[in-house]
Amino acid sequence: MSLPRLSLSAISKRFDSLWALNRVSLAIPDTAFLALLGPSGCGKTTLLRLIAGLEIPDQGKILFDDQVVAGDGAFVPPEKRGIGMVFQSYALWPTMTVRGNVEFGLKVAGLGARERERRIDDVLEVVGLHGLKDRRPHELSGGQRQRVALARSLAMRPKLILLDEPLANLDAHLREAMLAEFRRIHSLTDATFVFVTHDQDEAMAVATHVAVLDKGCLQQLGTPEDLYHRPASPMVARFIGRGRTLPVRVVGAQEGMNKVMLGEEMLELQGSAPVGDGWLCLHASDLQRVSGRGHLRTELVSQVFQNGAWLSHCLPTEIDGNVLGLPLPERLASGTPINLAISGGWVIERDGSTTTDRVVDVPARMVRAT
Amino acid sequence: MLVSLLVVYVAITTLWPLARLFANALQPGEDGAWLGLMLTTLSSRSTLRALSGTLQTSVLSVVISTLLGVILAFAVSLLKLRARSALTFLILMPLIVPSQTMALAWIELLGAQSPILKPLGLAPPPGAANPLYSTGGIALVMGIEHMPLVFIAVRAALRALPADLVEAARIIGIPAGRIGRNIVLPIVMPAVLAGSLIAFTAAIGNFGVPALLGIPGRIPVLTTQIYQRLNGFGPAAAGQVATLALILTLMAALAIFSRNLVTKRFAVPLPAGAPFVPNRAAPAIEVLLWLAVLALSLVPLAALAMTALLPAVGVPFGADTVSLDQFRAVLGNDAVRRAFANSLLLSCVTALLCGLVSVPFAFLCIRRTNPVLKILDTAIEVPWVVPGTVVGLGMILAFLRPLPLIGVSIYGTMTILVVAYLARFLPLVLRPIVAAAQSADPSLDEAARVAGAGLARRILSVFFPGVLPAAVAGAVVIVMTALNELTVSSLLWSSGNETIGVMVFALQYEGNSTAAAAVALLSMLLVLVLVVIVSALGGWLPKRTLPWGE
Repeated sequence: MSLPRLSLSAISKRFDSLWALNRVSLAIPDTAFLALLGPSGCGKTTLLRLIAGLEIPDQGKILFDDQVVAGDGAFVPPEKRGIGMVFQSYALWPTMTVRGNVEFGLKVAGLGARERERRIDDVLEVVGLHGLKDRRPHELSGGQRQRVALARSLAMRPKLILLDEPLANLDAHLREAMLAEFRRIHSLTDATFVFVTHDQDEAMAVATHVAVLDKGCLQQLGTPEDLYHRPASPMVARFIGRGRTLPVRVVGAQEGMNKVMLGEEMLELQGSAPVGDGWLCLHASDLQRVSGRGHLRTELVSQVFQNGAWLSHCLPTEIDGNVLGLPLPERLASGTPINLAISGGWVIERDGSTTTDRVVDVPARMVRAT
Repeated sequence: MLVSLLVVYVAITTLWPLARLFANALQPGEDGAWLGLMLTTLSSRSTLRALSGTLQTSVLSVVISTLLGVILAFAVSLLKLRARSALTFLILMPLIVPSQTMALAWIELLGAQSPILKPLGLAPPPGAANPLYSTGGIALVMGIEHMPLVFIAVRAALRALPADLVEAARIIGIPAGRIGRNIVLPIVMPAVLAGSLIAFTAAIGNFGVPALLGIPGRIPVLTTQIYQRLNGFGPAAAGQVATLALILTLMAALAIFSRNLVTKRFAVPLPAGAPFVPNRAAPAIEVLLWLAVLALSLVPLAALAMTALLPAVGVPFGADTVSLDQFRAVLGNDAVRRAFANSLLLSCVTALLCGLVSVPFAFLCIRRTNPVLKILDTAIEVPWVVPGTVVGLGMILAFLRPLPLIGVSIYGTMTILVVAYLARFLPLVLRPIVAAAQSADPSLDEAARVAGAGLARRILSVFFPGVLPAAVAGAVVIVMTALNELTVSSLLWSSGNETIGVMVFALQYEGNSTAAAAVALLSMLLVLVLVVIVSALGGWLPKRTLPWGE
């Protein structure tokens, strides 16, 4: 059984004078769950629409398995790509019932009445909407509409399902429930899912692979752990998990470890940077307040009470760097000196070279740990 | 205070004339029988003939309007077209062309002397009756004239259609034809029905087309029946024909009621979403589309223009026969010059007064929930929605008798025309102002109030500047519509108080069709000049207040 391995090579798309996507290359293995993540306007929806065939790339190629679906003068229209898509607005046909929405595509595909009935029952079972066959879209709640949209795509048994910010219109509670549903449905089907979101928690929770996009460029493609612990660019480091970066000098590099100078302090940390200027990428969990000198001297700027602790913003005093945040148990006056020890982190090269131009291929071992 | 002034306005222009009309229609017969007049009129053969004429021509014309309007709206909305706005302007052109001009143009195009068909050998043989002087002819010309009403409704529905719905269908492999039939058409169906019902009210109230085609063709309809009775028996017959006007009013009310029912009950709530952007080019269909639209909108006007450039009826069109004699003759004619002056004055005065009344009215309607205002708001719509003939007749019935206190009758003077126009055209300026006011932030007025500004000051310095563009747009639409008004004026004009519409009608009726063509053409030019001036103001005016353009 051959399932599509989606690959994009050097895809560019321009709207008027604006490059919505700039030489984006990526490849994902079969049955992956890929999240396209980025701030609004980063080009993630454009990328999804290019994969769907609703837009045509200006440059580059899109392949499903070995078949070129766009590029090299070839273009396979969306209806011939054998894909499913769930729109942000759900795009349910308002004049048809739930059943009509699911059935329409099957009917056009020429399936017999019995087979249609079986498939409708199957997918409505999968999405948990069995009793609502005869409702019309405006009689359903947001979460139910979402499920109908998914059922409509699943009924066609596509090899690739595209989801455009499917949770954006749901409230927070429902969103979590639907995330679990997506994971469950993904594991029930053999389809590859591509999911667009601006919410990193959503992406991390549901995806086997996450592609981070910024200003039309691919920043990194990796597993959620990769993005968190081993960011490839300062943008990813700062975007994921409220990460912070500090300027360092890399003085030694071997076997995935870097020796770096943070101000006057020498640290040995994991990293990929060559000798030269670098960024030390940190999360709050990598920092501890110590009574001794620690690795970094800072001064408290402000505190806010959050999640049961005082989230404290500390400005480094001896080196040039941005404010760092970490939870502290007590309320302190601003200006209090705070010394920090660094217990972890990841070092990358300074001159912001991104992975835009490289094909980021994920080794097969990273595929879904189910 | 302000409210009572508005009550007086609406009472004089609308409520009193309508009340008189109902009282007359429902009066006892000559033998004193209850509703006697109504029963006598309803059982007469001529009434039944006129009623069936109205129904036949209207239903047939609605079929034509709907077919044309739906096809054009789908083509314009779903295909990638190069000059979409020019095409849309041409499609909406019949809205700007007055119905008597439209009828004249088609008469010239399809007549035995057609300057376009005759050289091609396609015109009817000399002496043969014009094929348009028939039920089908009336329906055809009215159908084309009212096509934009359906087009606008369907086009708006298609514009509101989220692109997602079409894309979702494409993705699962549904071919274009089925998307159109099974997804798009059911969604826009309520709009199609609503547009058709508006076209129906327009058709039953149309006077210009059945007057120019039906009177020579001996096909009576209710509007022309009323006109001919009044013409033949004088204003004394007004009471007798009130019943006919009542039938027209009831038909219009029924159509409006059904339209509201359709929009409320059958329209499905659409999800929000980016509108559909057409990307399917169809060069062959595009050429066909242009040919069809040109044939519908410009070719008849070309025939009219060519007729107007001939020195006399029957002269073949050619480089050596073309002359401006007709234009010279009509411009030298005192009555024609007077008609132009009258119509210009009437339409400008109407636009100005309606604008002045609408601003405070809109202010009150939006901010106050006074039950009197609610009733006024509905009453104001009536004279525009019912056929113009009904309005004209109501005016005669209300103002034929001398006014109390002064002791003179305004019937037979310019004043009665002004009052009738004020009633009929007020909604044209009120609606855009109310729309503009509704979209404005109510806290602007509240802020002014907190700052201590009184009612008059708030209307003048806060409300008025905000709605000024809408008011100007509405006033321009009034001038353009009133300039060529025929239906109301044909019942209320008097010697010395002719309007352009009446003049065109009279000239054609006398058989002087080249002069009629020249006058119709001059008035069209006047309207086009207005269109050009207003389009130049384009950016300043609120979007979509003007009936043409996108």
